[in-house]
Amino acid sequence: MKDTPLSNCERDFLLRAIEDKKRLDGRETYDYRRIKITFGTDYGCCFVDLGLTRVMAQVSCELVAPKENRPNEGIMFFNIELSPMASPAFEQGRQSELSVKLNRQLERCLRNSRCIDTESLCVVSGEKVWQIRVDVHTLNNDGNLMDAASIAAITALCHFRHPDVSIQGDEVTVYSPEERDPIPLSIYHMPISVSFSFFQQGTYLLVDPCEREERVMDGLLMIAMNKHREICSIQSSGGIMLLKAQVMRCSKIASVKVSEITELINEALLNDKKARKAGGRCGFAESMPQGRITALKMDETPVEVADATERANEIVQKAEAPPQTVPSPEVPVPGMGQVGEVRQNTWGLKEEDDEDDEEEENDGVTKMEESGGGGVVEISDSEEDEVVILTPETPEKAKNAGPGSRHKGVPASKKKLKK
Amino acid sequence: MMEVSASSTVSLRKFGCEQSLLSRPDGSASFVQGDTSVMAGVYGPAEVKVSKEIYDRATLEVLIQPKVGLPSVKERSQEECLRQTCEASLLLSLHPRSSLTLVLQVLHDDGSLLSCCLNAACMALMDAGLPMSCLFCGVTCGIDSEGQIVTDPTADQEKESRALMTFAIDSKERRVMMSSTKGSFSVHELQQCIAVCQRASEKIFQFYRDSVSRRYSKSL
Repeated sequence: MKDTPLSNCERDFLLRAIEDKKRLDGRETYDYRRIKITFGTDYGCCFVDLGLTRVMAQVSCELVAPKENRPNEGIMFFNIELSPMASPAFEQGRQSELSVKLNRQLERCLRNSRCIDTESLCVVSGEKVWQIRVDVHTLNNDGNLMDAASIAAITALCHFRHPDVSIQGDEVTVYSPEERDPIPLSIYHMPISVSFSFFQQGTYLLVDPCEREERVMDGLLMIAMNKHREICSIQSSGGIMLLKAQVMRCSKIASVKVSEITELINEALLNDKKARKAGGRCGFAESMPQGRITALKMDETPVEVADATERANEIVQKAEAPPQTVPSPEVPVPGMGQVGEVRQNTWGLKEEDDEDDEEEENDGVTKMEESGGGGVVEISDSEEDEVVILTPETPEKAKNAGPGSRHKGVPASKKKLKK
Repeated sequence: MMEVSASSTVSLRKFGCEQSLLSRPDGSASFVQGDTSVMAGVYGPAEVKVSKEIYDRATLEVLIQPKVGLPSVKERSQEECLRQTCEASLLLSLHPRSSLTLVLQVLHDDGSLLSCCLNAACMALMDAGLPMSCLFCGVTCGIDSEGQIVTDPTADQEKESRALMTFAIDSKERRVMMSSTKGSFSVHELQQCIAVCQRASEKIFQFYRDSVSRRYSKSL
């Protein structure tokens, strides 16, 4: 499915508005859209709404063998899935350029910055380590998927708990969540990416571009930082040339934004912890907004099924009886299989022996030889599938072939019937 | 012949639905049954690739994204069940040489996943305004080890059951449009489960009607 192309007048309008320091949704140049973070029912599931952009992250774990060059460290695996639900331009299965770019940026942001202590994920050195897998699914693309994905991924990692493990000698016991409380991951710092979009060859800058703004931008600068003002990764794409002063200014803006977002994440995690402790239900179902006209909830309802048995009986009685089952197929000769039933050839044509090239017209008909000693039975009367049985009579027929050679034309036509 | 006793009332879990929650798809809905939640988005009628176009009707494509990992054979078979149901109820011949894409994302699986997907799909198709000859809903029921019929089972109940059946039921005459079953059961049990699911589907259709009338209450 193709995305609708951007019209020229839309593009001109957006660029003129940016020159006048106006944005479509009324934000200021450095403003982020409203960020909302909610959690799912199980640990490690997180939904992030960045304005209208929605993503969901899920963290899962598995015990695997470690990499050979790093026997003491756990394995982290990141995957951003650009779902066709998010935008008509995304196709299932195809590794588009955007998908590769986002995946690579998330990996650099989270893996290369060493924000998770991978050594604590080791269970048995060289044999068993935890593999932590982060899947980010994009649900709605209204611009700036990268920031939303990085917030969702790091929040989900902070929220996640892996099962408790105990080692006694050679035995490793993995406890289920009911037996022992699962353990959170040890996270050193929270890298969060902030995106800056540039317009008119770097003259104008906007933070957190929405989808329309992304379409008209010249280039994108992404800075991943943590709240300790450490830059974890910088990426500039689009081929724009930036001055050092511009990059410094962007990093200062990023540090302010990152500290705000980190506070928001910590608040959300704390609220969720309180809610779970209080024993209430948590999850997507609970986070559904109730006051809206587009949402409706119904409580647990009983269903009357008193007459179900009578109805079922009626239907079964009226139905046809099942077909007769045959205990086992009949075999005419033990040890021999066949396809189809044995019948006489009804084509009215005469069969021939494959070996003879020429024959007397008189003895054109040859049935399958049935030599008494061999016990060979006619199993197929198909013209194409002739079984050739060599019998002592064959050499005599060959002698007869000589005088019959004048009938070459006739056997040839009969031969057409075979294969 | 084994008899299954249905207690005179079975129950459906708490359910909820939200429509038009995503801005990009033409129609979207999320459906929640207990803790199982599925989000569906519909795009269409839109341009179709020449290799996939059908001259007299729309091409429907269904995609189910699991929560963890890439889609596997299990998702493909669920997609096929869903596609057959949707094709039977949508009026595809009104949009020849077009494509309709239905994408579902599993948000949490706590049992009865296929029926939740069916319900979310129907609400999303309604939200997109696609013409349909009838609505459909999905009901899952399981037969547990004692022979009791349980509707809308949770994941734990599904594990304990000896047979699990999902039916797609249409809104006009409550007939079965699609069935997907697992486990062993007799003909009699099957008919009883179908009758129970038809009763349960009435509640779900009432819920659809309530949601839509609430949705349009301000404009009508």
